[in-house]
Amino acid sequence: MGNTETQGYSKEERVKMAKRTLRVMVAKPGLDGHDRGARVLARCFRDAGFEVIYTGCHQTPEQIAAAAVQEDVDLVGLSCLSGAHRYLFPAVVTALKERKAEDICVIGGGIIPEQDFKMLYDSGIKEIFTPGATLDGIVEWVRKNVMVRE
Amino acid sequence: METVKKIQEGDVRTASRLIRRIEDGVLEARSTIKKLFPLTGNAHIVGITGPPGAGKSTLVDGIVTQLRQKQKKVGVLAVDPTSPFTGGAILGDRVRMQKHAEDEGVFVRSLATRCALGGLAKAVGDAIHIMDVMGKEVILVETVGTGQQEVDIINHSHTVLVVLIPGMGDEIQAIKAGIMEIADIFVINKADRDGGSKLYRELVSLLDMAPASAFASGWRPPIVKVENSFVPESFNNSVAELTQKIEEHHQHLLASELMVSRERRKAAVELSEAIRNTVYEPIMDKLITEGTIDAMVEELMAKTSDPYSLAERIAQRFLKS
Amino acid sequence: MYFVKEVLEQSSETRKKWEDEVKRAVAKQADQKPEAHWSTVSSLPIKRLYTPEDIKDLDFANDLSAPGQFPFTRGNQATGYRGKYWTFRMFSGMGSAKTTNERWHMLLREGQTGLSTAFDYPTLMGYDTDSPKARGECGKCGVAIDTLDDFLQLVDGIPMDQVTTSMTINPPATVLWAMYCAAAEIKGIPLSKIGGTIQNDMLKEFIAQKTFMCPPEPSVKLVSDTVEFGTKYVPRWNTISISGYHIREAGSTAAQELAFTLRDGMEYVEDVLRRKQMDVDEFAPRLSFFFNAHIDFFEEIAKFRAARRIWARAMRDRYKAKDPRSWWMRFHTQTAGCSLTAQQPYNNVIRTATEALSAVLGGTQSLHTNSLDEVLCLPSDHAVQIALRTQQIIAEETGVANTIDPLAGSYFVESLTNEMERQAWEYIHKIDEMGGMVAAIEKGYPQMEIADAAYKYQRQIDAGEKIMIGINKYLTTEEVPIPLVEIDDEVEKQQIASLASVRRRRDGKAVKSALDNLKNACKKGENVMPFCIEAVKNMASVQEICDIYREAYGEYRDPGLF
Repeated sequence: MGNTETQGYSKEERVKMAKRTLRVMVAKPGLDGHDRGARVLARCFRDAGFEVIYTGCHQTPEQIAAAAVQEDVDLVGLSCLSGAHRYLFPAVVTALKERKAEDICVIGGGIIPEQDFKMLYDSGIKEIFTPGATLDGIVEWVRKNVMVRE
Repeated sequence: METVKKIQEGDVRTASRLIRRIEDGVLEARSTIKKLFPLTGNAHIVGITGPPGAGKSTLVDGIVTQLRQKQKKVGVLAVDPTSPFTGGAILGDRVRMQKHAEDEGVFVRSLATRCALGGLAKAVGDAIHIMDVMGKEVILVETVGTGQQEVDIINHSHTVLVVLIPGMGDEIQAIKAGIMEIADIFVINKADRDGGSKLYRELVSLLDMAPASAFASGWRPPIVKVENSFVPESFNNSVAELTQKIEEHHQHLLASELMVSRERRKAAVELSEAIRNTVYEPIMDKLITEGTIDAMVEELMAKTSDPYSLAERIAQRFLKS
Repeated sequence: MYFVKEVLEQSSETRKKWEDEVKRAVAKQADQKPEAHWSTVSSLPIKRLYTPEDIKDLDFANDLSAPGQFPFTRGNQATGYRGKYWTFRMFSGMGSAKTTNERWHMLLREGQTGLSTAFDYPTLMGYDTDSPKARGECGKCGVAIDTLDDFLQLVDGIPMDQVTTSMTINPPATVLWAMYCAAAEIKGIPLSKIGGTIQNDMLKEFIAQKTFMCPPEPSVKLVSDTVEFGTKYVPRWNTISISGYHIREAGSTAAQELAFTLRDGMEYVEDVLRRKQMDVDEFAPRLSFFFNAHIDFFEEIAKFRAARRIWARAMRDRYKAKDPRSWWMRFHTQTAGCSLTAQQPYNNVIRTATEALSAVLGGTQSLHTNSLDEVLCLPSDHAVQIALRTQQIIAEETGVANTIDPLAGSYFVESLTNEMERQAWEYIHKIDEMGGMVAAIEKGYPQMEIADAAYKYQRQIDAGEKIMIGINKYLTTEEVPIPLVEIDDEVEKQQIASLASVRRRRDGKAVKSALDNLKNACKKGENVMPFCIEAVKNMASVQEICDIYREAYGEYRDPGLF
């Protein structure tokens, strides 16, 4: 094919890439617009070789869950810096369950005090990253803990 | 059969999983497509292409809004390029359509080009089938650029929109170079910008110069100007006009012989993609894994053979005729 | 020429000798760190030494001059901080209006000299607490205000004719300012007596903070309405606080913060001139600015000094302002939230103190110092007190306020100030070429510049090229317990109940008619402020008014550019 994008690859690489690729969603629930972390993370996931769907700011938990199902992602990463994570994060998990998509892994990040960790884990959030988490650390966690679902 | 039934019922989860497996090249997924194929052929498929930054996603979002007001069920396939350096992709078109996320009448799915040899067009073709069987009445396929890959994608559609914006420089050249033939409707997006009228005039004269045979079916591609999306009233009005033109083109297709020829075009593309997938790709995979390709490259480097002789050697091995 | 010829010759001679010595030393022990380490936090390369040669082209009269004189590089006020310290203004707001009111009274008792309001997200975005979009957000990162009823509680017992109040509010700025005006009237204080600031800077929302409601063009129109109304009726009010703070927090460099903020300011000036047929000197003196004080000490000082100089030049030469007060850039500063770490949080006190010092040496008019726990939660009373004390120590113990602009004439600081100005003008001209800031925003230009800078910085942190103590160096595993402030989820229930009660009590017909009048004003392009004041007096809620705007002007959604 005449597509220039394929020309930088060896055939082996192309074959490998055509195999299963992790799809992840980076989402901003609630009214908070602080998207620096979410956008940096989205780029970092792309650079790690994942397909990244970014929802943009100001999403309701239901919008996020609906998009996650339509996009068939393996992971939803939520970012919230407004303090509303106690409501918003569990609400995303619930909305996914309502759509029979409880197998999608949900993680969260932002300004989240440690005292809230337990209630978030209990609600189904798999991991929480707070300021100071490194990009490589997050990618490593994803590689270890998230698989393409069969 | 369970899967087919669920897709017929419009189950998004099942459909999105199946699209994923097609993208990933999971062989079992093909058998489902075989079962779906006879059920397809009801949707109106609209391709939307144009250069990066032309505002295609915002336009698609606007068209979806219009179609929903008419109670049409809509599918959207948004194609974004995979990074040639990392194999990853940010699929950003969806952001501009998120207001429809919860609307059960709309199914938006992003696809990455994945650098696969023609595999993309195949996944798009199958994803269209899946949405078709789900009962989507209009399926919008959005893709960037005007390269061969895009033309292949576009060949899956019945109606093709080419989106341009003023001030991109050599857009007309690009059109002359190939997309002219495939455009059924031209859209000048952000037409209120400097250069909007100039672009319009250029397009009109381009259409005027086209040979009569270009419009043999009786359809001369209309040019729709869409105003700045930041001014809601004028944007909505012009997108309503555009949606109207899309519908008119659909009626024209149905009333003329054109729909049949578009369907034939689509069928030919699908067949060639399927052949690539089931014949060429597995042969290449085998040649790579067994080391034949590497060995042959060495032969070429040493000038002990030439590409044609080597290809003929492969043909003798795999083709029995 | 800034130096006589002999000095430059001597400088060149001694510099060459010094360079030889450095070469010898480096050859022997080798520099420990890579070149990238010796750049600012914005990756601006810094030389090992600055000499008179680096500022030989400095034009004393045009570039420096004296405090209170054009181009105000050395400060707006001839008297410096001896006339008056900067305003100690701590940003606060949380939970209900009543809770925030109590915090305000505490701060005033502790010696704070101005108030500053943080609103919660539903208020910031123009939604009422009972909106489905507001779930879980009420009172979480600021005070919840739905109607004038809440606002009257907020300002209860506050002497509105004596204390100035800053309100960090953007899309619904007209609404909250209308409430402030209405509250003053109810207390019998004339509008001419109240003073304060509304942030009201929509451009930086599209660029950085993403608290937006309507598209850029009508958003700027609403800003111009407030400028016009303020000039006519509320002359002590700063109707825009043109903000670089959030641009920086979003990950920009210092030069980008400077350039985008100033270009935003120019956009507002141009819009008012075009739309309102006002003379530039009528409104320009009430424009104020808001910058970030980041961790790179000298870069920040240079940024502040350059900011005053660029604005003075722009106002005098580009917009032909004649009143020297129009040339002044007055600004508030907040220390950098993004420089703080959740790890070893007490280190944040030191970071904040250093940043505050740079703001003071840069000549800020007003300052907020972050509390050590702000990266974890809302600040506790104790943490806020330490932050306020930080300012008081800088002002009253360290002696840095004794003399004006003490770093003037430093080869390094003057050279860096010049460099900041040069980079800023380069960006400003580029945006001019794009057709102004609204056009640049529509193209995604400033957004992408910031996103690139943010990503680069994060990569530098990950690679250890830039250091954050506790993040990528000197890590400890021990946990330092910090008492955390939490907003009870009950606040939301109570707020919803009190909003429902206001809706029952108010005169429904009067509300509807006030909102209809506002709608008409929007359609006709009239100034919305008088109608907005009328609506809030009739207890129309924040969302009811904002819905009128959304309907009239359309809704802007995050384009999610990459």
